[in-house]
Amino acid sequence: MQTVFSIAVDALAYGMVLFVISIGLSVTMGLMRVVNLAHGAFAMIGGYVASYVARDLGLGYTVAIVAAVAATIIIAIPIERFLYRRIYGAPELTQVLMTIGITFCVIGIANYLMGPTLKTIPLAEALQGSADLGFRTIPVHRLFAIVCGLAVALGLWFVIDRTSFGVKLRASVDNAAMAAALGVRTEIIYAVSFGVAVGLAALGGVVGAELLPVEPYYALRYMVTFLVVVSVGGAGSIPGALIACLLLGAIDTTGRYLMPEFGEFFFYLAVIAIICIFPRGLAGRAK
Amino acid sequence: MKKLVIAAVAALVLGGTAYADTIKVGVIGPFSGPFALQGKNFKAGIDAYMALNGNKVGDDTVEVVYRDVPQADPAQSKALAQELIVKEKVQYLAGFYFTPDAMAVTPILKQGNVPMVIMNAATSAIVTKSPLVVRTSFTTWQTSTPIAKVAFDSGVKKVISVVSDYGPGIDAENAFKAGFEKAGGQVVEAIRMPLATNDFSPIMQRIKDSGAQGVFAFLPSGPTTLGFVKAYNENGLKAAGIKFFAPGDLTQESDLPALGDAALGIQTTFHYAVSHDSPENKAFVDAATKAIGNKAELSFPAVSAYDGMYVIYKMIEATGGKQDAQKAVDAVKGLSWVSPRGPVFIDPESRHITQNIYLREVAKAGDGTYINKEVQTFEKQGDPGLEAAK
Repeated sequence: MQTVFSIAVDALAYGMVLFVISIGLSVTMGLMRVVNLAHGAFAMIGGYVASYVARDLGLGYTVAIVAAVAATIIIAIPIERFLYRRIYGAPELTQVLMTIGITFCVIGIANYLMGPTLKTIPLAEALQGSADLGFRTIPVHRLFAIVCGLAVALGLWFVIDRTSFGVKLRASVDNAAMAAALGVRTEIIYAVSFGVAVGLAALGGVVGAELLPVEPYYALRYMVTFLVVVSVGGAGSIPGALIACLLLGAIDTTGRYLMPEFGEFFFYLAVIAIICIFPRGLAGRAK
Repeated sequence: MKKLVIAAVAALVLGGTAYADTIKVGVIGPFSGPFALQGKNFKAGIDAYMALNGNKVGDDTVEVVYRDVPQADPAQSKALAQELIVKEKVQYLAGFYFTPDAMAVTPILKQGNVPMVIMNAATSAIVTKSPLVVRTSFTTWQTSTPIAKVAFDSGVKKVISVVSDYGPGIDAENAFKAGFEKAGGQVVEAIRMPLATNDFSPIMQRIKDSGAQGVFAFLPSGPTTLGFVKAYNENGLKAAGIKFFAPGDLTQESDLPALGDAALGIQTTFHYAVSHDSPENKAFVDAATKAIGNKAELSFPAVSAYDGMYVIYKMIEATGGKQDAQKAVDAVKGLSWVSPRGPVFIDPESRHITQNIYLREVAKAGDGTYINKEVQTFEKQGDPGLEAAK
């Protein structure tokens, strides 16, 4: 019984880390209809900035998170203005080619500037060590990741479903020409959502760094996992992504405990099964 | 008159070069991509050797030609080796980080009349694939066998083995099991995890539930080792007194700054530590640091590359610069010298390097950097993997 609880806790923690990193991609793919393969690259930039601020400048974890999100958004603004704006509404292949190109450029630049070694982000004092749950211990930063995940989910749901910005965003996505005719400045809406998505990527890169350490190949290494989460959850759906992360986290963790030699077999089996039954993902909308 | 001068100059120049040749050495390794750091170490080791010993053997000039195979890719490795032999006319092939890359090239060595000096690939069987293969690195069997003795001597009788599910991981599992059971211990469970594992918490739970007193682990150096060592600490295994044993791949020097305090006290066995205390190693580390630019990036492939160049220089010396692969290989059989890692020699039968394996403990040096501190030496270790394969 204790083992079951243990696995449940691990699954929840892993699922939430996945959620924090992947949700930004769900926003770009679902709401902005851009297949953004450079998502991992932005998460990595966030991780590098946080590592630089916290480790080399010694400014603490909170400052590092804020700086990472801010710096990544600032870097992303010109990229959005000059590159992404050309591919909104373009065929998927064009988007894939351009964003994968950006990813390779970022990998090269990161390798050149920061070197090929692993970079760590020193945690705040309060997040180090383990917390005792009674039946087992769990690293405190995992609890922090769970809290971050819940906060992000709630915040995004509120903005998209309950604010006028969310209304305009959904309108622009469904019919950009009509929304523009009604006075919505779609370029600004797109730019802001892109900024939010990139900011979330950076946040995920920092919060998830304990599990997915920052190094130049981060940008490609974990991209498949992010894409899987988005396609299983249904692009653009926040509850969908949340359920997908928790489900996949549970399957992956249980599989790894019971039968590690099967590798990611159960993970991908589940993905195939879900996509067969729900071709648009768990909570995907028909086009 | 002018023509005569030109002819005279030409004669002088041509006459001069007729005796001294340029001998090319083709090095294949990962110089870009996720393993670029290891390729960089190859280059640092080679540059260090040439900086200390010059680029001339007798009258011949040695020139190194690099070719990049970013990830294990046998087809690419073979194609590049062919290109090096046919177009670049290299007399020696060297490098090879991954076993499959080396295996793919062994069949063409004889026809190309080219010896191969392996500077990393650590599967025992490679040397049996062609009589023209010499290895100056290590094998996973060689580095994993002594840790079994260390584990048993520390009073641990039941161990669980946890390895990454790929060739070297399985080698490590078998080597440890053979050594540990021979000593009288018991491997209670052997877990193979997928290479792409990010979250090790469930594995740690499994280790706890197995009731073992110690864990033997093998993962390829790089990002995953960080997650593994952290998970070991954070899930309370360290606090529960479950001992940690591994070969040195897990604590390679370039990963240590990232591992930080989490790794302190971890014991591993390996053939080389950058902190090894000898005049040879000091000279090597100085030269290699200059070549690589940042001492924190220096790790074990550099020393294998350095010794690989030593072997190639000896081969060139023995053949007088003429291309004769068999004569070159025969000349280094039984060759012994003092490497930066300690005394070594090339076993005449297996053509693999016999060397000291050191038990090291991760410690903090005076200047705040983390090092692998050597605490015990297992002298003259051959490759037990070849025996086991028979």
